[in-house]
Amino acid sequence: MKARLTAPNPQLNELGKLKHLLTLEGLKQHHLTEILDTAESFIDPNTNKIKKVPLLRGKSIMNLFFEPSTRTRTTFEIAEKRLSADIESLDIQTSAAKKGESLLDTLWNLQAMQADMFVIRHAESGAAHFFAQHVAPGVHVLNAGDGQHAHPTQALLDMFTIRKKKGDIFDLKVAIVGDILHSRVVRSQIQALSILEAREIRVIGPKTLLPEHPEVLGVHVYHDIEEGLKDVDVVIMVRLQNERMKSALIPSEKEFFKRYGLTEKRLALAKPGAIVMHPGPINRGVEIDSAVADGPQSVILEQVTYGIAVRMAVMSVIMSNAAQLTQYQAEQEQAALSEVEMENAQ
Amino acid sequence: MRFAILNARVIDPSQDLDDVTNLYLARGRITHIGKQAPSGFIADQEIDATNKWVIPGLVDLQARLGEPGSIYAGSIASETRAAVAGGITTICCPPDTNPVNDTQAVTELIQRRARQAATAYVMPIGALTQGLEGKLLSGIYSLIEGGCVALSQANKPVQSALTLKNALEYTTSLDTVVMLRCEDNDLKNNGVAHDGPVASRLGLPAIPHSAETTALARDLILVEESGIRAHFSQLSCARSVEMIADAKKRGLPVTCDVAIHQLLLSEMDLLGFNSLFHVSPPLRSLQDRDALLAGVRSGVIDAIVSDHTPLHRDDKLLPFGESKPGIIGLETLLPLVLKLVQEGQLELYTALRAVTQTPAEILQIPTGALQINRPADLVIIDPEGIWTLSEDNIVSEGKNSPFLGWEFIGQVEQTFFQGMPVYKNNCV
Repeated sequence: MKARLTAPNPQLNELGKLKHLLTLEGLKQHHLTEILDTAESFIDPNTNKIKKVPLLRGKSIMNLFFEPSTRTRTTFEIAEKRLSADIESLDIQTSAAKKGESLLDTLWNLQAMQADMFVIRHAESGAAHFFAQHVAPGVHVLNAGDGQHAHPTQALLDMFTIRKKKGDIFDLKVAIVGDILHSRVVRSQIQALSILEAREIRVIGPKTLLPEHPEVLGVHVYHDIEEGLKDVDVVIMVRLQNERMKSALIPSEKEFFKRYGLTEKRLALAKPGAIVMHPGPINRGVEIDSAVADGPQSVILEQVTYGIAVRMAVMSVIMSNAAQLTQYQAEQEQAALSEVEMENAQ
Repeated sequence: MRFAILNARVIDPSQDLDDVTNLYLARGRITHIGKQAPSGFIADQEIDATNKWVIPGLVDLQARLGEPGSIYAGSIASETRAAVAGGITTICCPPDTNPVNDTQAVTELIQRRARQAATAYVMPIGALTQGLEGKLLSGIYSLIEGGCVALSQANKPVQSALTLKNALEYTTSLDTVVMLRCEDNDLKNNGVAHDGPVASRLGLPAIPHSAETTALARDLILVEESGIRAHFSQLSCARSVEMIADAKKRGLPVTCDVAIHQLLLSEMDLLGFNSLFHVSPPLRSLQDRDALLAGVRSGVIDAIVSDHTPLHRDDKLLPFGESKPGIIGLETLLPLVLKLVQEGQLELYTALRAVTQTPAEILQIPTGALQINRPADLVIIDPEGIWTLSEDNIVSEGKNSPFLGWEFIGQVEQTFFQGMPVYKNNCV
């Protein structure tokens, strides 16, 4: 019996362009670079400020957060406003779902309010795929984090930050340290780094915080942080996701810091000029020392700033792809009509 | 009514029978199998079964019928209709009904509804512990006296080793089989998918093999200690097959089964997050699937079950991890078994034996064979019939099948239950 190794990519339209952003898995390098290049165009090179543009004027975007979030939700909202979209943010935890309404009914009701795009965060892996499967054609879904599966915009903004600081991703050695098992961000980061052909991707952590089959992610595994940080260009720290830990996976935060915390001494093992990243929120003294978090190699706050430009880029690329598709379909229809007319004339 | 089924290829593994011949049915029983009609036999109806197969009605050790408890995902009437449409004439229903089948009253209710439906045997399985909570023993003797053919914990294995030990020891005096599904809740850890590469990629909470194998190891030791006749349900991994093989070698009175979907699907089918593939135990690796198939081939795995679980559409219209586990299987058990035969994965005899003779023997019930003077429960199959599973042709109230859109070769044409046709050419 043959195994089905791949599923069709549900986030691409007939032209092979993004119609949803659910995961980075299965995307090509050009999909990512288009977004990163577009993000570049939103930043004024003279002031490093992000420009407001009217690209999504008249479009309605709904932010559906089934799980608490401050940072991601705020940067999405700012990005949407800078694109001049009409926005609505709903904290689903305290609304319809509490009254027993099913997820799909909530979605369809909001869709009936003429939403063009949903930005969705949900605690279940695959939730964004599920919503994308059930929205009307022409409505777009953007994954703002689903379970332990994916957080593609976070990974894209990380890539943008690396590009800004290092010029290119190609040929870089990147180490990701911490709770790999529970992190949707890490899964997306690894996919992004692979697509953009980073030279080596390392994950560092205790076995209890790594997935059972890290090799399928295309990474090198280190259980010793000193070994893993040697000669890397980028160090990405991720936090311990205590809310997802259902059993005792580490003895204590104190011991974790002792074994895996990023200190100045450990950072010195990386290449000189290596940058330190963290998708936030950071836990000082748990995964990262304050001296490193606030130190000269840290780009943590820049990540947040670039997050706005990258999310603007994702939304504008998706909406522009939709416009291209509509035009393509109109042309196809016109061509088909002309063919019929010619046949009739003959 | 007297029926003569003529010129059929009659296949019955229980008596090594594979012959083109005639079957004669009268007063609900098989009266004769052979080229010549018994003297004085005049059929009310003759059925020309040239180029067709006749096999015993299938015996399914695990199928939920949605009743009592469900108001919208099936009833005994609807699901027994689905069963006969799939060639199954004996169904064992696990005790995870609502209320749980832990009293004679519930057992009798199930039997009464089954008699009203009158399309297939429904054999209730009683709960080993009250409410399936794994704490206090049910009225085990009363359940068996009331008609339960076995005892089990359905999908809620007893987590306390002491309670299970007591339950097994108490039951040894009753000459019945205890059906055990092995799963350690702690190691399952709220997982929803096999702890393999796919779960690692998709970030789905994972269930390791050890969730099954550690529980199986414990249960085998307790079974050995008590001397109970035990049947292990729904094995899902290679190591479990090895452990059962070892136990059998040592002479333990154990048997086991596998759900048919575990023989065709794997964790790879989860790519895409389709909730229809959410089952418990989870779909495992390709190596596990191959080991399970090898287990059926070698006879270590005795039976194949449907693990039929009809669910309402809304139960699956959720993200993967939030959806309810379970798929329907009554109408696909036989077609999928035949598919494995067509693909060369199983011999026809081996495959049919695992869904007819052996499950009946495990329960010690007189079905699953085409024996003279036994009730005429049988299926006429068109082995060349090509059909596609779609929501429209599913008889079950549940439509939650991952096999929707699959094409099958081999179609149930007619099912007889106690000598009467209960299903004929898409008509129940």
